[in-house]
Amino acid sequence: MAPEVFNLAQTPITCHSFSADHKQVAVSLNSTDAQIFTRQGASWTLTETLAEHDKLITSIDWAPNSNRIVTASQDRNAYVWQQTPDPETGKLIWKPTLVLLRINRAATHVRWSPKEDKFAVASGARAIAICSFDPENNWWVSKLLKKPIRSTVLSVDWHPNNVLLAAGSADMKARVFSAYIKEVDDKPAATVWGSKLPFNTICGEYASPAGGWVHAVGFSPSGDALAFASHDSSISIVYPGGPTIYNIRISSLPFVTLTWTAEDTIVAAGHDCQPVVFSGSEAGWQGVGSLDDSTSGKAAGGARSGFGGASSVGRLNSAAFSTFRDADTRGQSGAGATTDTKVLTVHQNTITSVRPYEYRGGRVTKVSTSGVDGNLVIWDADDVSAGAGLAKQMGGMRM
Amino acid sequence: MSNVLRPYLAAVRSTLTAALTLENFSSQVVERHNKPEVEAAGSKEVLLNPLTISRNENERVLIEPSVNSIRLSIKIKQADEIERILCHKFTRFMMQRAESFIVLRRKPVPGYDISFLITNTHSETMLKHKIVDFIIQFMEEVDREISEMKLSLNARARIVAESYLTAFNS
Repeated sequence: MAPEVFNLAQTPITCHSFSADHKQVAVSLNSTDAQIFTRQGASWTLTETLAEHDKLITSIDWAPNSNRIVTASQDRNAYVWQQTPDPETGKLIWKPTLVLLRINRAATHVRWSPKEDKFAVASGARAIAICSFDPENNWWVSKLLKKPIRSTVLSVDWHPNNVLLAAGSADMKARVFSAYIKEVDDKPAATVWGSKLPFNTICGEYASPAGGWVHAVGFSPSGDALAFASHDSSISIVYPGGPTIYNIRISSLPFVTLTWTAEDTIVAAGHDCQPVVFSGSEAGWQGVGSLDDSTSGKAAGGARSGFGGASSVGRLNSAAFSTFRDADTRGQSGAGATTDTKVLTVHQNTITSVRPYEYRGGRVTKVSTSGVDGNLVIWDADDVSAGAGLAKQMGGMRM
Repeated sequence: MSNVLRPYLAAVRSTLTAALTLENFSSQVVERHNKPEVEAAGSKEVLLNPLTISRNENERVLIEPSVNSIRLSIKIKQADEIERILCHKFTRFMMQRAESFIVLRRKPVPGYDISFLITNTHSETMLKHKIVDFIIQFMEEVDREISEMKLSLNARARIVAESYLTAFNS
C-alpha cells in the first residue's frame, strides 16, 4: 500500500503526536504554538491552537488513555494540557497546567510514562526532570535525574514497567536510569536491567561506536532490549544480559529518530529522508530495506514533470540521457542530476520524528513520520521494499 | 569544469552533504539563547572535527561542522600580485553585501579568503542539496571570474599603455 502523505505546512514540523483515535494530531510547526489538526476525509484542518510557550516547542506527547497533552519548549517550561468544559459556554477547551520543571535550559524532549501518571522531560541543563502530579497544589512537581549526564539530553523513552527510563544525550552516551518515585509507583518487579531500583540508579551506560551524539533511544516492546541511533551514522541494539551490543554502521546520513514496531524490528529515520527497517533478534541484527520505495516511478515522474513522465522515453534515466535532455530543454550543461529541485524520496527533507500509529496483534502495523518539509506521512510498517538491499537503496539516494 | 577540479569538488560536495545534518539546538551555556555553536564554541562536545580539503598549497577548503551550524571557508587561488588584489576586492564586495547572500559570513576565518556560515534555519528553509550546489557552483565560478578579470585588466592596461605611448610616437 502506498503511504498516505499529508502536507500540513510549508514550515518544518518539529514534532507530532496523534490522539488515541487518530482523528486528531498535535504538531508544532517550528513555532511557539502547538496546533491540533483534525482529520476531515483526506485532509487535516486546524481546529485548536495551544498558545502558552514563548519559544520554539521542541516536543509534544499525547497520552492516549488520559487524553492529556504535554508540550516542552526551549523557554525552559513544559505544560500539561487537559480538556475541560468552559464554565460559560460548556464547550470543551484545552487548559494548561503548570509544571515546576526546575531546569534552567531548554527542554528538548518529553514522553508520558506507559501508565500516564508521570512524564520525563529531557533538557539542555544536563538533567532529566521526572514529573508527577501533586493534587494538593494542582501542579506537576519534578525530581531531577542529574548524576552522570554531561551534556544536553536529546531524547528519552520509557520502559513498559513505568519505572526505567532510557536517555540519549550529546555526550555520546545512551543510559538507562531508574525513575522510581515512591509516592507514585509500586515496587517494580526485577527486570533484566536490575532488581533494586531506587531513584537515579544507573542500570546501563552505552557509548556510541564512533563517538556521535545519541539522537534517539527506544526500549523494545518487552523492555528487554534497547536501541539507540547516533550521529556517527550507526544504530546500536543492546541486550543487557551479556551485555551484547550490536552496532550497525550505515553508509548514509545519520538517523535522528527510531521506534520499535515489534520485538524483532525497528524503524529508524533521519537526515536520509526515508524510514529504514532493521530486523533481528538476540542472535544478530541487520538492515532490511526502506519503507520508501524510491526506485518506483512515482517520485522520478514528479521530478521530470516537464517531460511527460508517462511516455516510454521518460523511463530512460541514464546520466548521459538527462545531461543531453537538460542541455536541450533548459539550456543547462554540466551535471544534469543536480539540477532537480525534488529529492527522490517521499519526504523532501530530514525526518524529525517517527512514531507508532496503529497496532494489531501486538505489532505496530503502521508508523507515522513528520519532517522538516512540513509533511506528515503514514507508512505501512510491513511494506518494506523487497529485493533491494539497504546498500542499493542508499546508493540510489545519492544526490 | 576541468578534470583536475572534479575530484576536488566531489570531495567537497560529499563532505558538505554529510556535514549538513543539522538540528535545532538551544544553547546549554546561556539561558534561552540559540546560537550557532560553531561560532559560539561554548561547549566542546557539540563541535565536530574540522576538516581541510586541499587541492594544492594555494587552494583549500576548511569545513567546521557542529550540531546546529557549519562554517565553510575557502582559500581562493592567488598566483600573483594582480590576482591577490582582484581576489581581495571581489570577496570584499560580496561580504559587504552578505545579507543578500544569506549564507555568507561577513568576515573570513583567518587564513582564508571567504567564509560561509550555514545554520539549521538555512537547512530548514532551503533545500539542503541546493545549498550544496550553490557552494560548489560558487567554487567553480570564482576561479573563472578572477582569471577573467585578470585578462580584462591586462587587456585594458595594454590599451592604456598603447594610447599613452602613441603621444611620443609622432
